[in-house]
Order: sequence, then structure tokens, then C-alpha cells
Amino acid sequence: MLPLIVVVPMLGAAVAALLPAGRLPWLWATAVSWFMLWAAAGLAAQAMDLGVLSYWMGGWAPPFGIEYRLDPANALLALLIALLAAVVLPYAGPSLASEVPERKTPYLYAALLLFLAGQMGISVTGDAFNVFVFLEISSLATYTLIGLGRDRRALTASFSYLIMGTVGATFFLIGVGLLYALTGTLNMADLAARIPAVAETRTVHTAFAFIVVGVCLKLALFPLHLWLPNAYTYAPSAVTALMAATATKVAIYVLVRFIYTVFGPAFAFGDMPTAHLLVPLAVIGLLSTSVVAIGQGDIKRMLAYSSVAQIGYMVLGIGMATALGLTAALLHVFNHALMKGALFLALGCIAYRLGTTQLAVFPGLGRRMPWTMAAFVAGGLSLIGVPLTVGFISKWHLVLAAIELGWWPIVAVIIVGSLLAIIYIWRVVEVAYLQPAEDPGRCEAPLALLVPTWILVGLNFWFGIDTRVTIGIAERAAAMLTVGLNGGAP
Amino acid sequence: MFELIIPPAFVMLIGAFLVAVSRPGLRPLIALAAPLVTLYAIWQIPDGIQLTATFLGYEVQVVEGGPERRLFATVFALMGFGGVLFAFRQAKWYELAAAMAYSAGAIGVSFAGDLIVMFLFWELMALFSVIVVWCGGTFGSKRAGIRYIIMHLLGGIILKVGIEGIMIHTGSVEIRPLALDNFDTWMVFIGILVNAAAPPISAWLADAYPESSPTGSVFLSAFTTKTAVLALMLLFPGQPLLIWIGLWMIFYGIIYALLENDIRRILSYSIINQVGFMVVAVGIGTEMALNGAAAHAFSHIFYKALLFMSAGAVIYQTGRHKCSELGGLFRTMPLTTICGTIGALAISAFPLTSGFISKSLTVSAAAGEHMTLVWFLLVAASAGVFLHAGIKFPWYVFFQRDSGLRPKDPPWNMQAAMVLFAVVCIGLGVFPELLYGLLPYPVDYVPYTAEHVITQSQLLLFAGLAFFVMLPLMKRTLTISLDLDWFWRVGWVRLFRGFEALLGGLQRAASALAFGLLRRFSGELMRHHGAEGVLARAWPIGSMLLWVAVLLAVLLLLRYVPEAGSP
Repeated sequence: MLPLIVVVPMLGAAVAALLPAGRLPWLWATAVSWFMLWAAAGLAAQAMDLGVLSYWMGGWAPPFGIEYRLDPANALLALLIALLAAVVLPYAGPSLASEVPERKTPYLYAALLLFLAGQMGISVTGDAFNVFVFLEISSLATYTLIGLGRDRRALTASFSYLIMGTVGATFFLIGVGLLYALTGTLNMADLAARIPAVAETRTVHTAFAFIVVGVCLKLALFPLHLWLPNAYTYAPSAVTALMAATATKVAIYVLVRFIYTVFGPAFAFGDMPTAHLLVPLAVIGLLSTSVVAIGQGDIKRMLAYSSVAQIGYMVLGIGMATALGLTAALLHVFNHALMKGALFLALGCIAYRLGTTQLAVFPGLGRRMPWTMAAFVAGGLSLIGVPLTVGFISKWHLVLAAIELGWWPIVAVIIVGSLLAIIYIWRVVEVAYLQPAEDPGRCEAPLALLVPTWILVGLNFWFGIDTRVTIGIAERAAAMLTVGLNGGAP
Repeated sequence: MFELIIPPAFVMLIGAFLVAVSRPGLRPLIALAAPLVTLYAIWQIPDGIQLTATFLGYEVQVVEGGPERRLFATVFALMGFGGVLFAFRQAKWYELAAAMAYSAGAIGVSFAGDLIVMFLFWELMALFSVIVVWCGGTFGSKRAGIRYIIMHLLGGIILKVGIEGIMIHTGSVEIRPLALDNFDTWMVFIGILVNAAAPPISAWLADAYPESSPTGSVFLSAFTTKTAVLALMLLFPGQPLLIWIGLWMIFYGIIYALLENDIRRILSYSIINQVGFMVVAVGIGTEMALNGAAAHAFSHIFYKALLFMSAGAVIYQTGRHKCSELGGLFRTMPLTTICGTIGALAISAFPLTSGFISKSLTVSAAAGEHMTLVWFLLVAASAGVFLHAGIKFPWYVFFQRDSGLRPKDPPWNMQAAMVLFAVVCIGLGVFPELLYGLLPYPVDYVPYTAEHVITQSQLLLFAGLAFFVMLPLMKRTLTISLDLDWFWRVGWVRLFRGFEALLGGLQRAASALAFGLLRRFSGELMRHHGAEGVLARAWPIGSMLLWVAVLLAVLLLLRYVPEAGSP
């Protein structure tokens, strides 16, 4: 089952490319995504039962062969990717039909499936070089998908992401190459065992720096985020939703995996000044991009900047180097995917009806598209962190982690970040509900779009109230990843 | 024996939800039934922790019974019923639903077994109460609502940080008396006081409540401040600081109410004043004082709601809300006049009203602890209460000169609600043991002694005399107070405008700074490439790559620069 979750979408992409243009590729991709969800749910349950699932590619035993390895940390991620894919792909059909020419559909869905295969591959593989391969697969697919946006600026957005993504991947590859030269292995678990012996060499330090910076580029850590707003803004709506919900999260996971598993927290936070780099950048990033978000006229762009800010929260949790901080970061990975997914899907509904997501078309939308705007408000509440939404859960843990460390200024930063989120969400709500419409005609989005949107909204509340699954997995994952933390640092 | 515990707050929430989604014909029925079913659920809850759930990975106590909790929940449910009865034919469905959800929040706080649950319902109250404020539907109510929600979100955040601190540092979020000896408990303390309208931020109350609809203010008057009193009772009983905070609120309320011209603003300041009495009682912290706080909260909710109902009825019928525009309404609104007067008598603690049997508990508790100054101030304040709420409100609205207005009494449901609450006010005054039986501690206090009745009557008599002797003066201050009132409001607006402008300026400055920096980079790069168009659009790649290089260098340099790297 473990390799199938990667192989099926990859082969599925090839099939999709061969299908005739029209609805067929979409239906096929949807079916594949539902299979992925089914498989991921089963695997996650197994991983929680057994602790670790391992599969040897071609029967070659690790560290020589490629190992697929599932533990609670990436089980959560695999579940997240599959869940979002299964919700967004049904939505993608009508939404993309309005934004992308029909003759391109086979390649469009092939790219989408490749993207998913790459994301899933990164999350389940236990091999450092394999991470690079899948990173490139999903990135190449992403460049294509962004370029399909109807605005011609999508092309430059895609191009600049291509350059930056390639640089990031190359940095990552350089780091992995240095590690391979030093230790002769690419298996993550094996690397983790061998690095302590050579931890005092400059090669390891350099490898670490290259990997961290390369991954931070992919996850759009401030100030390496400049590619993201354009990419999110000009990509087709459904693609943005999927990317915002999963792509940066996978990069976050890679960062966590390399810092905590491969190099080990003792090395990453003791030997290397990781926290000195990550925490300030996360703080500045989450404040400054939140402020930038307030000034945006295009709501999609506003949410893109907000995504960068939210990434700041996750990196902050990672940089805290405590079990609680890491729990908060992992929770926010999951929760933010739900809230941003819901928000971008709601925006997709608006783009579907009105052709744009500029704030200028929002007056009166509260009455014109009541269900869509209600979904937007609910997603916004979650983003702000109102109790009983997922946003509250992750911010609660993040504040707990900061208090535990006695980092009071960070507590203040988190609070200010929430206040800034209130301001930029409120701007939209005020215009949509309190300003009169120029054209008062009702133009609610079709059910095919509303149902997936509301499923995500519902999940925002579901996982905001019943936190057993998310907190359970996140705590186990964090406990497992931070084993070497206590007393390990010099 | 297995017994199903239904959280009363959920009953009310389900009611609110049903009101929101049901057909218009069914709404009144559901809205009226929900508080009564909730009341039944409240009385099914025995003492002690009754229901736990898993939230945030903790075992939280959703429902914990206790005498003071039951008392507050009871009055909140009754208030919900009275408010719905008053409002259901006039208010919009979303105002009704929001008000019911708001009362559900208050009931939830009453039964919250730990700080997390308390916080959740606390936020629920904030969210739905602001919707009630916005239901005022005017430009003023929109702006006041925004100020209101900002204040409450800030209070909520402070509370949350305090709770999380307590959780990290003690590992327990039980609701139990806390000592004000560290940062965490101070944060909780401040967070609660925000909702109690304590100084220096008492202004939110009188700012927001009068902007709501005539029906909405009835709901608003009851829940937020009284849940804060309950929270103080449970968390900070006997905290001496509260005595002085409470006294400040008492006199703040009186002075501003005397200066005020808008009838609902008078009543709003009067809420602050009355809550001050309760806060003082919590601060004294003896059994008698805590009884006093609980009893006073109980009776206060009824008479204050009654006053807001009569004010709401007047506003609903006349569309005017200033003392100087009203007067002489007793001719055509006899029932409203009677009910409003009963409320005014009750708030002034006339014998045979609910105020008489509840307020004296607090005052006597101060005397019992030999707090002479506190006792003296409380007695003086009682006279002040009579001045601003007991006489000023009914006099200017229903009597004084004839304003020429000839409105009828309000619709039957409003009348019914007023009569119901007036009966409660008198009933509690005549049969004090009804209330005393509900109090958390045994009561050995007899309100109707000759001495007490005479003292109180003398006090009220002289205060009343003073009012009419000084009536010309009051009238003169009326014009002054109008000016003051205007100045005050404009002052606030200016302050908020200034704040907004400051925020806007900061934001512009920040983005200008960000843009300026980027432009500098782009300027450098553009000079290299020398063209606009494609290359101008491509510049971010260059600056991004620069950042990549910078970060890589920083990470490595930090490692190798001595003392800068590893901690």
C-alpha cells in the first residue's frame, strides 16, 4: 500500500495525459485523488498502530535500497495532502473549466496528478535523494499549473517561481551531495546515525546550511517568499487552493525532517545557529507580511501574503526546539491547510462568478453570494484563531510553547499577528456586508463549488472541536522527533 | 444510577440555532421555549463536576454545578426568557438568535468547570454580543460595535495568555481562588475586569449598549458584566484591590449618569455603578459579602432589565432617546410608567423591592468587617443611586414638563415582559427568603428590621428631597451636560480616529519602507539591466537570489564567528 500511494497518481498522470480533452481527465483525476485519500487514511491508522511503516523499493534493504517510511509525522502530512486533494479535485472540474481552455485539460490534470505524486512522494520517502527527485517532479508540475492561469502575468510568475524553485532544489541537492560524500549514504535514518561522528566537520555545517536555505526557499520563509504572492495570485483558483494548502506544508515537513531527524536537534540547535536564524526571520516575516496583506487590493494576493505570515508561525514553532513548539508547528501545518484551503476555495467561487477577486467587486457580496461569503467569514475566523476553529487550536499551542520558554515578546508577536489578521479579514467582511452592491443581482456559486468549500469549512470546525486525531498525531510525532533534544545540546 | 447531563448552554445554543433556521411562524415558540427548557436543564445539575470532554488534548470540565453557579445560570435563563418575550415580535430573527447565543455563552461561563471552558464561552459571548450591538442598525451602532469588539477581543487575549500561563506554570486550569502574585493571575484578573467594565476602560459599556436596538439593549444589560462578577467570585474572592476598583466604578457610574442626557446611557452608567457594588462585595470576600454579590447580581439583572425595557419601550414608541426631548409620558403610557418606576424604586433599594433585600447584604458585610470608610462610601453611594437612576430616569422620561408626545403603551409582548419583571422585583422584595434560599452560603440576615427600614427610608427621603430642591440646578446642568456629552463623545471619536490614523500611518510607513527597500534593490539591478518591461518584471528574481545568498552566508558566518554562533 505504501508505494501505491505514490505510484498510482504518477501512473494516473500518464493516463490522464492520454485521455481525450473534456470532462474525462477531471473525473479520472478525482477518482485517483479519492483512492489516495482512502489509502492515506488506512496508512495513517496503521502508522499510528505500529509506530513506523517501512517499505523497501524493489526489495533492496536500506540503506542501499530506497526506503519508504511512514511515522506519525509524515502520516499526518500524507493524510493532509490526500484529504485536500480529494476535496479540491471535485471542485477543480467546474472551476478550472472556467479558467483554462478545454483542449488543455488532459495536460492540466496530468500535471495536477504529478504534483500530487511528488508531494506524496516527498512525504513518504525515507531517502534524502529521493526527496530531491520528488521535489523536482512536483515543482515542474507546479510551474506548468501556475502558467495555465488566465492572466498573462501568470507566465512571469511561473518563470520566477521556476528560477527560485530550481535554485532551492539545487541548494538542497548540494547539501545532500555533501552529506553523501561525507557519509556514503542517502537513507535518512542511516544519515542520522552517521552524522554525529562527523558533526564537527565544515562539510556537514555547509551541507546543513545549503539544505536549510534551499528548503526555506521552497517553503517561502521571509525574505525568500517573494516568488509566492505572484504565483498564488495568478495561478488558477483550484491550483492556488491546492498549492497553498499542501506545497509549502510539504517543504515545512522537509525542514522538520532534516533538522530533527537527519541532523538531529542537538546538532541543529546546538552546533548550528538555526534558532538564531529561523526565529527572527519568522517573527519579522509574520509581522511584515501581515501588514503588507492589509494593503492588498486583490484578495487572492492578500491571502497569499497571509500564507507567508502563517508560515512564520510554523517556522517559529520549529525554531523553538521544544516538543510543545514542534507540536504547535505540526498542528499549524495541518490546520492552516484547512483554513487556507477553505478561504481560497471561497475565493475561487467568487472568481468563477465575477471573473476576478479584486476587492472592488466585493461590495454587497454578502447578499449576492451569501453561502460563499459565509464560507469566507468562517475561514477568516479560523485564520484569526477564534475558539472552536482549528486556528485557535494551533495558536493556543504556539502561545503555550512560547510561555513555556518564557518568551514573552514572542507571545506578544503572536497576538499582534492575530490582530493584524483581524484587520485584513475585517476589511473584506466590511466591504462585503456593509457596503451596498452596484449590481444587487444574486449570483451564488453552483453547488459543485459550494459543497467542497463547505466541506473544508466544516473540517475547520470539526478539527477545531474534536482534536483527538490532530493533537494526538502531532504530539506523538513531536515527541518522537525531539527525542534527542534534552541534554543532547552542548 | 446513570443520569444524562445535558449542558444547559448547549440547550440554549440549539435554541438559538433553531430560531435562526426555522420558519418565521415557529420562531416565537422556539425562542420562548428554549430559555425555559434551559432553566429546567440548569436545575437538573447537581453540585460538583458533572461533565467532562476532551478538548485541546486536555480533559476539560464542561459542566460543574455549584450554588452560586446555579444562581447565576438561573437568572441568565430567566433573563433570556424575559428578553425574548420583550423582543420577539419586534426584533429581527438574527438579533433574537444572536441574543440567545449570547445568553448561552453566559450560562456556559456559569457552569464552566475550568478556565479553558470558561474562556470558550467567554469568547462566544463577545462574538454574539457584538452582533446584538450591530443589530442597532445605525451608523453609530456599527462604529460602536467595532470599538466594542476590539475591546473584548483584547480582553479575551489577555485572559487567554493568563490562562495559558497558569496552565504551563501550575499544570492545572481548575477554577479555584487564585492569588494575585504572578504575571499569569494578573493577566486573568485584568481579562475578567475588562468584561466587568472596571476602570480605566469602563467606557466601552456606555459607548456600546445605547447604540443597540431598543430590544437589544435589554439583553446586553444582563450578561457580560454579571458573568465577570461570577468569575471574580470564583477566582478572586476577598481580593482587597477589588474593593477600591468597585468603589471607583460606583462613583464613576453615578457622576457620569448624573451628567448624562441619553436615557439608555444613564442606565448604562448605572450598570457600571451597580456592578461596582458587586465588585466591592467580592473584594470584601466574607460569606455574607459573597452572598451579597450574588444576591445583588440576581436582583440587579431583573430591575436593570426592567429599566432597559421601559426605556426601550419609550424609544420604540417615540423614536427619541434624550431626557431633554422626553417628558410627560405618564399620561399615555401608564403601564410603562408604573413598570419603569418600580424598576427605579428597586434599583434605589426601596423597602419591599428586590434592591432593598440584596444591596443591604453588601453594605452590612462592610459594616461587619468594620470597614468604616467603605461602609460610609457605600451608604453615600446608595443615595447617589437614587438620585441618578431612582429619580432622574423616571422623572425626566415620564414626568417633568409635558413634551407634547402622546405615544401609546408598547405592544402586548413588551408589556407582558415588563409586568413579569416588575412582579419579580416586588415579589423578591416581599418574600426575600425566595432569593436567600438560593444563595451560596446560609443567610442569617433579616432585611426588614425597623432600624434598617427607617434608615433606608430616611436616606431615600433626603436624597429625593435633595433632587427636587436642586432641580433647577439639575436643569442647568442639563444644558451643561449636553455640552459635556457632546464634547465627551467627540473626544472619543477623535481619540479613535487618531488611533486609526496612527495605525494607517504606521501601515503606510511600513509598506513604504518595504517598498522603498525593494525599490532600492530594484534600482540597483535596473541600472545593470537598463530596461523596463520584461527586465523590470524580472528584477524580483535578482533580489530574491541576493537574499538566498545572504541567508546562506549568515547561517555559516554565525556558526564560525566566535561567540555569535552556538549559545
